[in-house]
Amino acid sequence: MTERSPIEDFGRGPGLFGPRRRSVAREEGSRGALIAFGSTVVFIGFILWLVLSSEAWPAVQRQFFNWGHFQSAWPAVVSGFWLDIRMFLVAEVLILVIALIVAMIRALRGPAFFPLRLLAVTYIDLIRGVPIILLILLLGFGVPALQLPGVPNSELFWGLTALIISYSAYTAEVYRAGIESVRESQRMSARSLGLTQIQTLRYVLVPQAIRNVIPALLNGFVSLQKDVALVFVLGVREGVREAQIYNARTFNYTGYIVATILFLLVSVPVARFTDWYTDRDRRRKQAVGG
Amino acid sequence: MSVPKLELRNVQKAFEAKVVLHDVDLKVGHHDVVCLIGASGSGKSTLLKCVNLLFPIDDGQIFLDGKDITAPGMNPNEVRQRMGIVFQAFNLFPHMSVLDNITLSPRKVHGLNRAAAEDRARELLDRFGLGDKVTEYPDRLSGGQQQRVAIIRSLAIDPELVLLDEVTSALDPELIAEVLNVIRDLKEVGMTMVIATHEMGFARDVADRVCFLDDGVILEQGPPDQIFRNPGEARTQQFLQRIIEAGRL
Ligand SMILES: Nc1ncnc2c1ncn2[C@@H]1O[C@H](COP(=O)(O)OP(=O)(O)O)[C@@H](O)[C@H]1O
Ligand SMILES: [Mg+2]
Repeated sequence: MTERSPIEDFGRGPGLFGPRRRSVAREEGSRGALIAFGSTVVFIGFILWLVLSSEAWPAVQRQFFNWGHFQSAWPAVVSGFWLDIRMFLVAEVLILVIALIVAMIRALRGPAFFPLRLLAVTYIDLIRGVPIILLILLLGFGVPALQLPGVPNSELFWGLTALIISYSAYTAEVYRAGIESVRESQRMSARSLGLTQIQTLRYVLVPQAIRNVIPALLNGFVSLQKDVALVFVLGVREGVREAQIYNARTFNYTGYIVATILFLLVSVPVARFTDWYTDRDRRRKQAVGG
Repeated sequence: MSVPKLELRNVQKAFEAKVVLHDVDLKVGHHDVVCLIGASGSGKSTLLKCVNLLFPIDDGQIFLDGKDITAPGMNPNEVRQRMGIVFQAFNLFPHMSVLDNITLSPRKVHGLNRAAAEDRARELLDRFGLGDKVTEYPDRLSGGQQQRVAIIRSLAIDPELVLLDEVTSALDPELIAEVLNVIRDLKEVGMTMVIATHEMGFARDVADRVCFLDDGVILEQGPPDQIFRNPGEARTQQFLQRIIEAGRL
C-alpha cells in the first residue's frame, strides 16, 4: 500500500472547476480528432489521386508495385530480413554492454586511471571519425583476407563486428552524457559511504544515468536496426542483398519495396514507442520536479 | 589529555587561487560534540569534506585516533568506512528504497549479508520512528524524514565519528525539531560528532565546544556559554549580533 504524493493528486480531485473543465476538454479532444482524421483522409486521397492519375503511374506500378513480383520476391527477402533482425539483436545486446563499460572507464577519476581513460577517449574519437561503411569494408573484407589461423573468416562475423565497434563508440557517449547528468552530490555521498569509484558508478550513478538516456538509447535502436543492412556490401545475404539479387535477376524493383515494407514494419513501432516513452518521461519529471 | 578522536593541524585548502581554509587547528575528543558556527562561505562545509577526504587538503595533517589519514598511501575508502557524513541536501539515492539506501554501504563495503544489514537498518529505522517507511522511495518522504534516513544511512556502518553539515538548513521550520532530536539522541549514546550548524539554540544545547569559523580560520573556540555569552573576538560578537537580529538565537 503506497500513499499518493499530494503533487500527483493535484488537479485530479473533484475541484471547483474540475469535472466541467475536463468534460469540455474531452469534447474539444474528440472534435479535434475528427478534424485531424478528416483532413488526413482528404490529404492522402489528394496525393493518391495525383500519383495514380499521372501518366507515369502504369510504368511505376509495373516496376515497383507488381503483385506477381511481390509474391515471388517475398520468400527470399523475408528470410534475408530475418538475418537482419538476428544481427540487430545480437549487435544491440553487445553494444549496450560494451558501450557501458567504455563509458564507465571514461568516467573514472584520478591519475591512476589515466591510461585507461586515454584508451577509452582514443577509441571513441577514432571510431566516430571514420565512416561506418569504411569500417565494415575494412574489417569485413580485410580480416578474412588475412586468413589468420584461429580467427573467424566469415564476412558476416567481421561486418557485424565493425557495426558493434562503431555503434559502441556512439552509445558510450550517450551513456557518458547520462552519467554526467547525475548530480555531483550523488557521487560525493556514495564515496562518503566508503564505496569505491567502480561501486559508485555501478550502484549509484549508472542506474540513474540509464533512466535519463533511455530515449536516446531507443533512437540508437532504430538507427542500428536499419544500419545492419550495410553488411550487404560484403555480399552477406540479408534482406537488402536479397532484394538486390532479385532486381538483378528480373530487372524489377518490387523486391526493394518488399524490403522497405519489412524495415518499416519494425522501425516505425519502435520510433512511436520512443516518442511515447519520452513524452511520458517528461510529463512524469514535470509532475515530480514541479 | 589522551589522543583525540580527531585532530586537524594547520590544515589548508584552496580552490584554485581562493584559499578557503587557512591553518585550521581543531581537536575533537572521544564522545565530544563540537559545533562549527560561522557565516556562510566561512568554510564549514569544506572543513567537513576535508575530514571525510572528499577534498584533498593542500597542507597540514588530519589525524584519526592519532593516525595521519592524509598521509600518502592511506586508502580513503578505509578512512571513510569509519565515519559518517550527512549533507544539507540529504543526497539520498532516488532510485533506491529507504532500506536499500541504508544497506548499500553495509553490504557492499562492509561485507554484511543482506539479512544482517536489513535487520540492523530496520532496528535503526524503528528507533528513529521511521519503521513504516522501509519500502518507500525518497521522493515519497518529507524533507525531515529524508534527512533522518540520511542520518540513519550514515549510522548503519557503526561510525566512530559523525560529521553533520547544516542538516536542517534545507528543511521547513516545522520539520527541524525531528531531525535535531535524532542528533540529541546520538549525543546521549556518546557519539563523537562535528556539527556545522546555523541553529544557535541547538548548538548551545548540545555542544561540548563551539568553534567560530571566520573566513577559513577558527577564530575562537570554547564552551557554548563562553562563546554565546562572552565572545572574546569582535568578529564573533558581530556574527552573533546578526544572528540575534535575524531571530535565530
Ligand atoms: N567545490 C568548490 N569549488 C570551488 N570553490 C568552492 C567549492 N566548495 C566551496 N567553495 C568555496 O569555498 C568557500 C567556503 O565554502 P563552504 O565551505 O561551503 O562554506 P560554508 O559551508 O561555511 O558556507 C566559499 O567561498 C565557496 O565558494
Ligand atoms: Mg556549507
